Amino acid sequence: MDERLLKREERAVFALRGLYRLYGYLPFKMSKFEEYELYARNLDFLPSERVITFTDVNGRLMALKPDVTLSIIKKGEDLPGVRQRLCYDESVYRPSGSTGAFREITQTGLECIGDLDGYDIGEVVSLAQRSLALVSEDYVLTINHLGLLTALLDETGAAGALRRSLAVCTAGKNLHDLRRLAAEAGLDSAAVETLCGCAGVYAPLETALERLAPLCRSAAAQTALGELRELCALLPDDLRRDRLVFDFSLVSDMRYYNGVVFRGYLPGVAESVLTGGQYDQLMRRMGRRSRGIGFALYLDRLEELDREEQEWDVDVLLLCDEKTPPARAAAAARRRTEQGLRVSVQHAVPAKLRFREILDLRGEERP
Amino acid sequence: MINIALPKGRLGEKVLALFEQAGFDCPAIHDPGRRLVFESESAGVRYFWVKPSDVAIYVERGAADLGVAGKDILLEYEPDVYELLDLGLGRCRMAVAAPRGFYDDEERTLKVATKFTNIARRYYARQSRDIDIIHLNGSIELAPILGLSDVIVDIVETGATLRENDLAVLAEVVPISARLIANKAAYSFKHGAIDMISEKLKGLVQP
Repeated sequence: MDERLLKREERAVFALRGLYRLYGYLPFKMSKFEEYELYARNLDFLPSERVITFTDVNGRLMALKPDVTLSIIKKGEDLPGVRQRLCYDESVYRPSGSTGAFREITQTGLECIGDLDGYDIGEVVSLAQRSLALVSEDYVLTINHLGLLTALLDETGAAGALRRSLAVCTAGKNLHDLRRLAAEAGLDSAAVETLCGCAGVYAPLETALERLAPLCRSAAAQTALGELRELCALLPDDLRRDRLVFDFSLVSDMRYYNGVVFRGYLPGVAESVLTGGQYDQLMRRMGRRSRGIGFALYLDRLEELDREEQEWDVDVLLLCDEKTPPARAAAAARRRTEQGLRVSVQHAVPAKLRFREILDLRGEERP
Repeated sequence: MINIALPKGRLGEKVLALFEQAGFDCPAIHDPGRRLVFESESAGVRYFWVKPSDVAIYVERGAADLGVAGKDILLEYEPDVYELLDLGLGRCRMAVAAPRGFYDDEERTLKVATKFTNIARRYYARQSRDIDIIHLNGSIELAPILGLSDVIVDIVETGATLRENDLAVLAEVVPISARLIANKAAYSFKHGAIDMISEKLKGLVQP
């Protein structure tokens, strides 16, 4: 098979499936539909509350799947000592951020559910990094620990709507509004400056940990840093450590996520191509005792990497007409395809077809 | 090279002057002509003018690495971008205004005319106030005068237009000014250059 014919996302699916199988992640196939109730109970977990719904023949309200993780959590069971390792290639249906029109989004990813320990978390983060490396030589995987943000927000004493606003400011690297809100609310200025100091740290994880250590004094913050240190120690040597970057502004919804969260970027793609994290809170909300971590890589966003257009649609435009002997046209086409050239046989020059050369067999009489 | 989307108009001219003062000058941008993109290789920047309300879209979609947008646009459309700096330019406020002497009868649904429907909806949701939003694209002040709405939610600079039309500010919703914004993916790969620009601008901005 000529691999050049595969689009980048098609190559990625094969390569990633191989990678995930190598680490014992079993393929998980699911229906395109779920009962809407599953999403109704966890609407905030979804990127948008808008979901395509329809009523099936039994009168049940169904939804075209906007998410994969919820379906995987719903179907699993808690078994002591057992990790459920699953991978998938699935489509989800979500509204576009700018127009609100629904789009089919293809994603591949994995979930690791069970009595997770440091090894499992390290494995999933390194698989996220390997996934990006398989797609592009140049990439950045940003990482944060929500336990650190929780600890620093606790130190400010902010609660309720103010706490949420401070988290939103942190996520936007918006320290000017963060300081203004904190001052208006009379929060402890030293704790606010510690929060801002951490928010200013954006560096490879190992470097960032050295800079964060003197800023984070509380036991809860030290615990989060300790988990990140453990993660650092577990990362394989063949992965580029400068590509794993600590970013305190990486904030996921803390009603669902806790611990490590991460997001992957590729140069030339305006949005993140990979998102993931630990979702123990979501597991608890869904009545599960186990912990969970996973990520999804958005294959449709890889299209932006293949913008360099091909100069020609075909190498040879072979023109023939009613006078051209079919065997002559067939032989001429076959000779070129056997050389690996792309041939289009036409009776006239198509307006939108780009071709390198023309072979004009029109008017050649039958023998 | 850092691509920077500047807002067209008076605010944009002030923003460009600030970038130039910070050392990111681009002589080509002052040449009259029909060019749309202006590059300064020595300063490492490429500027382009866009409609102020489009700056956030250019940045969110990665056509620009950096841009300058009003806080009103950022609050209304909530683009997924970093807001790195308050430039302190174009200071004004988003406010609720109504005809002088207006009495807000809370037993009635409040009719609110505005261009900023999301900001207005969130503001009244915080007060649990039942409202009917009327989206307008301009001449917002006309709405309460002609009875189309009870109040308006709009940007107020000096308040002169309100006074001339016998309207008065009832409440301030949020202060507004121009903000330096960055694309998240671009920040991942160019954070050194982006942080350097942001720091130099910060040194020139009044707190």
